[in-house]
Amino acid sequence: MTAGGDVVLQLTDVVKTFPGVRALDGVQLEVRAGEVHCLLGQNGAGKSTLIKVLAGVHHADGGEISWLGEPFAPATPQAAMRAGIATIYQELDLVDDLSVAENAFLGHEEARFGFTRRRSAAEKTKAILARLGHPEISPRRAVRRLPAAGKQIVSMARALSHDAKLIVMDEPSAVLAHDEVANLFRIIRELTAQGIAVIYISHRLAEIREIGDRVTVLKDGRTTAANLPARDTPTRELVGKMTGRSIEYIFPPRPDRSESPPILTVAGLTRHGEFADASLTVAPGEIVGIAGLVGSGRSELLETIFGARRADAGTVTLDGHRITGVGAAVGRGMGMAPEERKSQALLLDEPVYKNMTLASFAGFAHAGFTDTRDERAAALTTADLLELRPRDVDRPARTLSGGNQQKVVVGRWLLGKTRLLLLDEPTRGVDVGARAELYQVIRGLAADGVGVLLVSSEVPEVLGLADRVLVMREGRLIHEAPAEELDEDTVLDLVMAGSLLEGEPA
Amino acid sequence: MIAETAPASQKKWRLDDNAVRNLGLVGVLVVLVIIGIVTKPELYSDPTWVRNNVLTILQQASAIGVVTVGMTFVIIGGGIDLSVGAIIALAGVWATTLATQSHGAIGMIFTALVVGIAVGLVNGVLISYGRLVPFIATLAMLVSARGLAAQISGKQTQVSANDTINSIATTKLLGVPLLVWILAVVVAAGWVLLNRTTFGRRTVAVGGNPEAARLAGINVKRHTVLLYALSGLCCGIAAIMLTSQATSAQAAMANLYELDAIAAAIIGGTLLSGGRGTIIGALFGVLVFSTITNLFAINNLSTEVQNMVKGGIIVAAVLIQQFRYRSLTQLLKR
Repeated sequence: MTAGGDVVLQLTDVVKTFPGVRALDGVQLEVRAGEVHCLLGQNGAGKSTLIKVLAGVHHADGGEISWLGEPFAPATPQAAMRAGIATIYQELDLVDDLSVAENAFLGHEEARFGFTRRRSAAEKTKAILARLGHPEISPRRAVRRLPAAGKQIVSMARALSHDAKLIVMDEPSAVLAHDEVANLFRIIRELTAQGIAVIYISHRLAEIREIGDRVTVLKDGRTTAANLPARDTPTRELVGKMTGRSIEYIFPPRPDRSESPPILTVAGLTRHGEFADASLTVAPGEIVGIAGLVGSGRSELLETIFGARRADAGTVTLDGHRITGVGAAVGRGMGMAPEERKSQALLLDEPVYKNMTLASFAGFAHAGFTDTRDERAAALTTADLLELRPRDVDRPARTLSGGNQQKVVVGRWLLGKTRLLLLDEPTRGVDVGARAELYQVIRGLAADGVGVLLVSSEVPEVLGLADRVLVMREGRLIHEAPAEELDEDTVLDLVMAGSLLEGEPA
Repeated sequence: MIAETAPASQKKWRLDDNAVRNLGLVGVLVVLVIIGIVTKPELYSDPTWVRNNVLTILQQASAIGVVTVGMTFVIIGGGIDLSVGAIIALAGVWATTLATQSHGAIGMIFTALVVGIAVGLVNGVLISYGRLVPFIATLAMLVSARGLAAQISGKQTQVSANDTINSIATTKLLGVPLLVWILAVVVAAGWVLLNRTTFGRRTVAVGGNPEAARLAGINVKRHTVLLYALSGLCCGIAAIMLTSQATSAQAAMANLYELDAIAAAIIGGTLLSGGRGTIIGALFGVLVFSTITNLFAINNLSTEVQNMVKGGIIVAAVLIQQFRYRSLTQLLKR
């Protein structure tokens, strides 16, 4: 395989902002004809936004995109397709109740006087399917009745029906079994042999090693490394570019703590397919960190401890009381700042103080009547404690920056009598200055006797903030040690061992 | 730390937003009155007629207004209740069976309220614990509650022989019909419930972001059940009001009330996707509709034209809502 074709796609300093977020903050990308260019990055790194910009769903706010040597700014998804860029989304965008042929030509149906030309479309679809090595799929079959791999073939047939010169594939292997992945790779090789460029997005390093030519790594909306050779760039370098710190963070010093009995005890907690046999303890005033990659089951574990997911086996005990649901967890003094702030934690149109008191407003109320004056006052005190900016608790949560929104979510649990705080990616999307403040807040909470269980994909964050570190991989807690005894390399080795190392050159 | 206070205009934009919308609805009402004056100047020159006409409009708005308060809660809580008209019919019919009437006015009122709450609870349980889509669950209830009402009444109009019940519609307090007082009390109670109680706070949270509400320890399912029960209670109250007005109940009563109530809530600024809405806006929405009805009645115009105008107003109100919302988010983007 050669990667020496002409440059077909060139992105320079591409920026895309949404209210409150810079989803893309200077992306560089260069794709050549006939190559498989892999995009690597954590969830939230901007991969999805990037491919939506290429697909004409979003429009870049800044930077330059050139496609086949011309400036490129597709106004609509149709425009992008006509220009020869096809996208296969992670959630396959097929219409289940239409046939294979109808799906392949969806949006550009062959028609005469408004009547679809079913036979002609079926014949062309058949030819495309044969080209994809799947002549056995009937163009008339309903897509609903195809297996996931078959649906992917149809998505690809749609891309080819547009005569695409670049196909973007967003985690195409996520829905496929092992042997189906091999077939997918065979198809990709045939496509690239015909000069079609492929942008391939995957979390699985092994796949990138096998199919990829070059790799571009995104982190926090920026390109952190471009055009690395896919086959022989060391895994550590790739993961480091994905997760690594861009700046030295300032962590508050760890105070000496005396041993105390745990406030939280988790024993043998299991959810089939997500994590298994997780046991851990958190003591009052202790910060326990869980390090692991996206998909290792960390968020699921946290939500199960909180009672938001039902455990298949195992127990969660807070202060001697079994926790079985969110109501019991909150009632016993457990709080959680979930991973997805906007969709899981905030009422974006409601004022900050109501967001802060969301878990405690009933406690401020008298006989069912809310006391907004007390709520405001308490929220303001907490806002001062967290150095919320602007210091205005009547402002809608939507108008705050990511870091300040996170402070609101953390502040929510300070207002109650929270004794154990679960933090899932507390600094995702939070700028550097606000991070240091959040670290202070978390350490300050622990100093007041609150137990903290922290999940982060940023290894330095876990090591810098936590007293004790648990390493999670593929749904299992595989290692536990005091934070002082670990360094980033050791943790990365542990986190990436196993499947990820399969692609590591000897 | 020095307090940075945001400019007052920014700080209070939510309040302004609602106030502006309500002012807009008042403006619509004013326009409607002006149209009335222009088309029927001879009527409007008589102060007694004007006073009586205002009371007529309010009286016509009373039952649907009560239903709309319940509907507004359901919609703010992220749901919809298509069964309100059918619940009224069932509650009205059940309250006017000979067996119920033998227990007197208290028995009839009690029956209507309990039937309303019970049907609402069934809706809520189906939606919360049966995980039915609200649209489907209440659509099924719409069909079956009216069916049950027809079954109980034998498709006959059931006359209310109870003087106390019948006098509700004719009684006046301080010159204002009792029905209008009932509406006023329900609206006031609804406003307090939404804006000043934990129940109201939960309603906004559950409708605005159910996952955030759940993770904050709010029992989203139980609250959803309560919201539909509240809507059912309002229907029970409305059933008594309508029964009193007609001195009878039948399975076809309160036909299409669901559409009027939803429309009034929506043009009153309630977001159909939940999480936002006001009781006062909903009240204005009801008043706009009953004023239009009145305007057409005094001009002897057909209900067909009236329905077309109503439809136009609903579309216009939602378009304005979307436009305002978009310009607002664009403003915040900067």
